[in-house]
Amino acid sequence: MPLDLSGKQYKDVPYEEKERLFEEVKRDFRFDEYLYGCYECGICTAACPSARFYDFSPRKIAQTAARQDVELFYVFMNDSVWDCSQCFSCDRCPRKNSPGGLITLMREVAVKNGLDSAKEAIEGYGRVVFKIMSTGTQVSPDMLQANAFPDWGPHVKDIAENLDVWRRALPPETMHTTESSWQVDSKTITELYLIWHMTGVMDMIKEVDEGLFMILQDVMEEKLEDEGYDVSFD
Amino acid sequence: MIPHSAVLNKAKDRRFTQDPDLAPTEDYHDVVDQLEKEGEWEVHRVPEPYVEVKTMYGRVKKIPVEKTWHHKSCGQCGHIPGYSTAVFWINRQLGLDYHDPSDQTSCTAWNYYASATSNAPAQAAVAMRNFAAAQESGYFPIIHCGTSFGHYKETRQQLIHSPELRRQTRDILAKLGKKLVIPEEIVHYSEWVHAMRDRIADRQVRDMSHVRATIHPACHYHKLVGEDAIYAPEIYGAQRTAIITGMLQALGCDVRDYSTWYDCCGFGFRHILVSRDFSRSFAVQRKIEVMKEEADPHVLVTHDTGCVTTLDQSQFAARAHGKNVGLPVMSDSQIAALAMGAHPYKVLQLHWHSTDSRPFLEMVGVDHQKAWGEFEAAVEKLKDDENMYMTWEDADA
Repeated sequence: MPLDLSGKQYKDVPYEEKERLFEEVKRDFRFDEYLYGCYECGICTAACPSARFYDFSPRKIAQTAARQDVELFYVFMNDSVWDCSQCFSCDRCPRKNSPGGLITLMREVAVKNGLDSAKEAIEGYGRVVFKIMSTGTQVSPDMLQANAFPDWGPHVKDIAENLDVWRRALPPETMHTTESSWQVDSKTITELYLIWHMTGVMDMIKEVDEGLFMILQDVMEEKLEDEGYDVSFD
Repeated sequence: MIPHSAVLNKAKDRRFTQDPDLAPTEDYHDVVDQLEKEGEWEVHRVPEPYVEVKTMYGRVKKIPVEKTWHHKSCGQCGHIPGYSTAVFWINRQLGLDYHDPSDQTSCTAWNYYASATSNAPAQAAVAMRNFAAAQESGYFPIIHCGTSFGHYKETRQQLIHSPELRRQTRDILAKLGKKLVIPEEIVHYSEWVHAMRDRIADRQVRDMSHVRATIHPACHYHKLVGEDAIYAPEIYGAQRTAIITGMLQALGCDVRDYSTWYDCCGFGFRHILVSRDFSRSFAVQRKIEVMKEEADPHVLVTHDTGCVTTLDQSQFAARAHGKNVGLPVMSDSQIAALAMGAHPYKVLQLHWHSTDSRPFLEMVGVDHQKAWGEFEAAVEKLKDDENMYMTWEDADA
């Protein structure tokens, strides 16, 4: 389906709000290193995997940011940015732009501000966020279930059925785990939770998924309390 | 009218010289060292012995031979565990000292690139916590995942250019009781495999001279802070990264080219988990089918978590649509270990892969039925006692 540039499919917000979001992206210390200008050569789009399958163009996003087109920037922030593959093939830019990096910033601001489109984009992704934030490893062996990956082939069912013993059939001592990708020390997990606390990451989660925030809050506060830290994520 | 031959000959004769003096970018080594002199951080030096390789602009990069701290990958350890097992197995076969730490978290960048539910200070703090843990252990970090490698290079750039981010990260680490430590080099495990390729080839017991291979270089290896990737004049004239290709050529493989070599695999971070129609379409139509049509390979070799996952797992559903698929996919560590005589199931753990590698195994002299029987027998023993694990000795028995 072609991208709807009218902006009507998104929650209508005043121009000042769109401008505020644009300025928030611009204020990020990385913005000036991700966008120098645009020759409009299209090399970024030619190299882009997402451009082949979606109505998506890193060139248009770079140009829109460079021209400070606040209205169109808001449309892209609500839609196109979630099509990006974040492969950074667009870093080939002869002007040294990084449209992929710019999109990272746009996504981050969309999440921080709890845009509905950001909430929709990470719908169904909550269990992954939970796994990485709570265990320190992202895709664990026990996520390999036939109903989650039916398109990967019958071996997924075999893995799920033999998970415990096949994990024990791995020679590296740290990899016998099923709920995390490898064995992570308790002290290491504590340090990770403290990092999430000190950097405001949980505030971002709260903006886009209140339920996930509450589950993570329980897990982290309990662990930190056990380790002697009086920390609240509220 | 310009004759075709004139254009083609010109391209053929064109030479790219790797000259650090002509590099258009600053040398991160200089800035990293300067910041150490200014007391901004401590530099974790590459331990000796090391191998010197050259990166895109001819700058020297040191690759440690041993005393390596293995920064594991979530996707490799979780879903394709033979990938990391093969890295450790090669180290052991070469008699090298390494450390497989449990004081390590993921870089968390897969999630960051997928959902953006994080920010620069958090990402930098996670990276530097891992680097500090490596230094405390006395071993030098070597990064298994291509995305971790790319993201850490990017984080290094951000830390170099942002005094405020350095201050924030230093303060966070201080609260964890850790120093701000940056490794002298950020090293991907495949760079270690490349640097060790002659030693690997010296121990080769399975002939691969009749193997036709294609390679896929990971985007986050050679596009994200692309200048810090290995290039060599003897491989693609230093116009493309030498990674994987150099190792396969050392094993005697016929590495074949194809027109979408530079393309991504289609992983997409969020797409592989929640929009797999995109990942599958891209992997099959832009990579696998093109390779099969243009290069007719026996095996596809790559060097990153996401690339092995996408290129391997996407082929099953595509077969139902009559696509030209059926190409076994392995990491460079798996193929190197296989050449050195590793067991295909106890070490390479190929039963976690989707594509059928059995014809390829037969081709390089492995009786796959016998090997699977050996693995099943080992598993039966483990079933008797839930506290039992396969040992490294079992893996070679």
